[in-house]
Amino acid sequence: MESITVTFKLNGKTTAVAIEPLESLRTVLREHLHLHATKAGCGQGGCGSCTVLVNGEPVLSCLMLAALADGQEITTLEGIGTPQHMHPLQAAFFDRFAAQCGYCSPGMIMAAKALLDKNPHPNRAEIAEALAGNLCRCTGYVTILDAIEDVVTQMQEA
Amino acid sequence: MGVKQLGIVGQSVKRRDGIGHVTGQTQYVDDVFYTGMLWLKMVRSPISRGIIHGIDTSKAEAFPGVVTVVTAKDVPNNWYTILCLIGVEPNDEPVLAHEEVMYFGEPICAIVAETEAIAAEAAGLVKLDIEELPPVLDMEFAISPDAPAIKKWGNNTFMYDGYNHRKLRFGDFEKAIQQADHVIEGDYSLSPIEHAPIETHCCVVKPEPDGRLTVHSNTQALYFTMDNTAIILQVPSQRLHMIGGTVGGGFGGKVDVITEPITCIAAMKTGRPVKWRWTREEEMRKSSTRAGVKMHYTDGVMKDGRIIARKVRSLEDSGAYHRHSPYGVQKHMANLPGPYTIPNVWVDAYCVYTNRQPSSAMRGFGVTEATFAVECQMERIARTIGMDSWEIRLINAYRNGQMRPVRKVVEDATLIETIQAAAELIGYELPAHLKAMSSDDYAGNGGHHG
Amino acid sequence: MAKHYGRGIAAVNYPTGMNLGGDPTQALIFCQPTGGFSVKLASTDLGQGLKTVIAQIAAEALGVPFDSVIVDTGDTDSAPHCMGTFASRATHRVGNAVIMAANEARKALLDVAAEEMEAAPEDLVLENGEIYVKGAPERKTNVFNVALAAHFKYGKTISGRGIYLKQKSSLDPETGACDPDSTEAHATTVAEVEVDDETGEIKVLRLASAYEVGRQINPEMVKGQIVSGAVMGMSHALMETVFPYYPALDHHTYSFGEYIIPTALDIPEIESVVLEYPSSNGPYGVKGVGEMTANSPIPAIVNAIYDAVGVWVTDLPVTPEKVLRALEEKSLETH
Ligand code: FES
Ligand code: FES
Repeated sequence: MESITVTFKLNGKTTAVAIEPLESLRTVLREHLHLHATKAGCGQGGCGSCTVLVNGEPVLSCLMLAALADGQEITTLEGIGTPQHMHPLQAAFFDRFAAQCGYCSPGMIMAAKALLDKNPHPNRAEIAEALAGNLCRCTGYVTILDAIEDVVTQMQEA
Repeated sequence: MGVKQLGIVGQSVKRRDGIGHVTGQTQYVDDVFYTGMLWLKMVRSPISRGIIHGIDTSKAEAFPGVVTVVTAKDVPNNWYTILCLIGVEPNDEPVLAHEEVMYFGEPICAIVAETEAIAAEAAGLVKLDIEELPPVLDMEFAISPDAPAIKKWGNNTFMYDGYNHRKLRFGDFEKAIQQADHVIEGDYSLSPIEHAPIETHCCVVKPEPDGRLTVHSNTQALYFTMDNTAIILQVPSQRLHMIGGTVGGGFGGKVDVITEPITCIAAMKTGRPVKWRWTREEEMRKSSTRAGVKMHYTDGVMKDGRIIARKVRSLEDSGAYHRHSPYGVQKHMANLPGPYTIPNVWVDAYCVYTNRQPSSAMRGFGVTEATFAVECQMERIARTIGMDSWEIRLINAYRNGQMRPVRKVVEDATLIETIQAAAELIGYELPAHLKAMSSDDYAGNGGHHG
Repeated sequence: MAKHYGRGIAAVNYPTGMNLGGDPTQALIFCQPTGGFSVKLASTDLGQGLKTVIAQIAAEALGVPFDSVIVDTGDTDSAPHCMGTFASRATHRVGNAVIMAANEARKALLDVAAEEMEAAPEDLVLENGEIYVKGAPERKTNVFNVALAAHFKYGKTISGRGIYLKQKSSLDPETGACDPDSTEAHATTVAEVEVDDETGEIKVLRLASAYEVGRQINPEMVKGQIVSGAVMGMSHALMETVFPYYPALDHHTYSFGEYIIPTALDIPEIESVVLEYPSSNGPYGVKGVGEMTANSPIPAIVNAIYDAVGVWVTDLPVTPEKVLRALEEKSLETH
């Protein structure tokens, strides 16, 4: 198949990349652009580890054709914080021991960010609801929910 | 209980790898990419049991982008078993099947190609000629005389020192069961389950200019994997450089040495870096599971709640091959009587082979299953004789200095203390005589003394 | 047609480590010129936090600040043998090997310090990187100075080797007599459930547990294992199977679409207390905790279901279908 070029805004920067027409956004992010924070737990839409934001909406990047990202705004975990300047959610996940093996963490944090961007004051049940598509086999979720609640509280206080 | 205060030990310092995890900077094996890296896909058995008459790889080999196909004849030492390192015999599993297939999904040959998509497409072009045989799936059938022997040694169980099961014999069960006021039986079984780490198996191998191989692996046991891989490759271990130590969840599922040998062979054969990562479907259906287990308990219990005799028969479904199961059954055997002082114990534990994906280690392996049965059985006893659930456990709980059926003296016992603490946690008031019990005191333990 | 509440308990032990064939792990420690200590291990962190707890143990045993300890794991070219991370063995085995290596390195360090300070090594105290003479705290130096002196003035190495080996135990094929483990941790879990007798659905309301773990190196991470295990145990009891019609192969699962594990919506109330009765052979008394936490919830939940509706469903997973069948059987028996 002929490769095609897609152009999107990735973490704030306009990015053009040559792709195979049927490649997923996840493959393009991880294997063409080498942004490895987005994880690949299943490729079936079942785990949430590949969650990124497309125009602010949480999207399973393994199920989205990269071709459809043309002209869209994509945010990955790399785009929201760095070790030196962590996003409040990243800092809270760290403080609360919410990442054990860490494999689900990028997707969890992106799903949480999508929620808080829309609803800055969710209660615990709403947070759990927003994370229902993101599996974690290690933590039992409690520390993850605690971490997100911490950020909600911080935002209320600020 | 006062524990000596220490300095940094005992403090909840933050995880060393935590910032890497939450910022996506931690490098897992699937995050390793090399220039010129090839991709591997496995051709697997479409049936549960059969005889291989032919494997035709010609079309796959001719497919544009395919670099090589790895078959059994490329594997220097094709028959292996990982616990050979601790003396488990015989080698019962082929790295790549060539004579027969023993489970649905068993690896037959590997396609190595320029992209993962090409490898996957070419895998579909391999023609398999396999004569299908009826699979042996039920453990009771597998150990019955009517079952065909699926293992080369002529039956369907692991042989422990000449026996088809592990034995535990302590005291005199037959005599004691006659003296019991109640005989209480129970059946317990568990279906195979999956470790389901969010990170699937993955291995990347890079051939180095000096002839060594750099092996990026998410194994839970680097040296164990290195030594087993070296045996399969028939190279000295020092030719392998294992890099790992960061795993996206293991739970016992990543100690099978299942990706490294084939990926190494592919890299040696092509002289190029190779990546093999498993799909979720492979992780679910082809990686080993926790074993299915069936246990039957027969307990002799006195009116006062003392358990004086316990007999257990347990079948553990190892699937098609050993993997870690022969050891797991042994650990299972040692734990089937439970953490209770029972003077007469009889255990027969079988490691049974069937035509399903192999089972192997998983979190709690051998013990989880025993614990499940023991604790349901304790409840059943309590309900049957009309005793309180807490009391039945407290009077039978093993005490320090008593003898376990494996003939190891109990030390570090705190079962009683955790029972008391749990009661307190939920606000349940234990009667004074139960509250007064301790693991260092035989009082209340039905008078059996160590 | 009602929801029934039930409570069940389970008390369990869990063996630390294995013995088959012998169970060793090694560690090497060396001191850098400016007093950093590198701990070389070929061990694996599965997410339980080994890299962190080992740094804590090494800092404690060496007597140096936590931040001056580097833990290098996961490379067979740079570190000696480790059996691997399984059987609740890692913190116990690796921790013991690290303490042994730390003791040797600490002794080498104090020997150089003694020479530098003109004192007897046994009179020196090393705490948090500071070294002083017992009873004379004004006579002091620190690891930085001593490490520099060792490298550039005395030509001495400051390093340590450690190994922990659980000896192979023979097993008597007639009686099963053996020494299967190093120590035993214990736990009791109380499960509270609600069972719907119309749908067979089971809701775990609460898991309250007491764990005895010898010694906690890092309490938050122990708690992490407890919550993790509670949820995995609940899931094992109620949700998971690769072969829904085991032993038949039908409906063999292949994705998280049919292989159901809990999500953030399925979490019961989880409470725990941790007791510490140090073991005789663990590092600072540690016992293995990672696997045990997933065990006690399973029978506690099954017992709670019995308490709620009076049927034994002892074939895992306990699905609504199995509960309904058992209830039906029971009602046939009583009629
Ligand atoms: S990788 Fe996309 S949902 Fe699992
Ligand atoms: S931390 Fe391992 S999967 Fe969530």
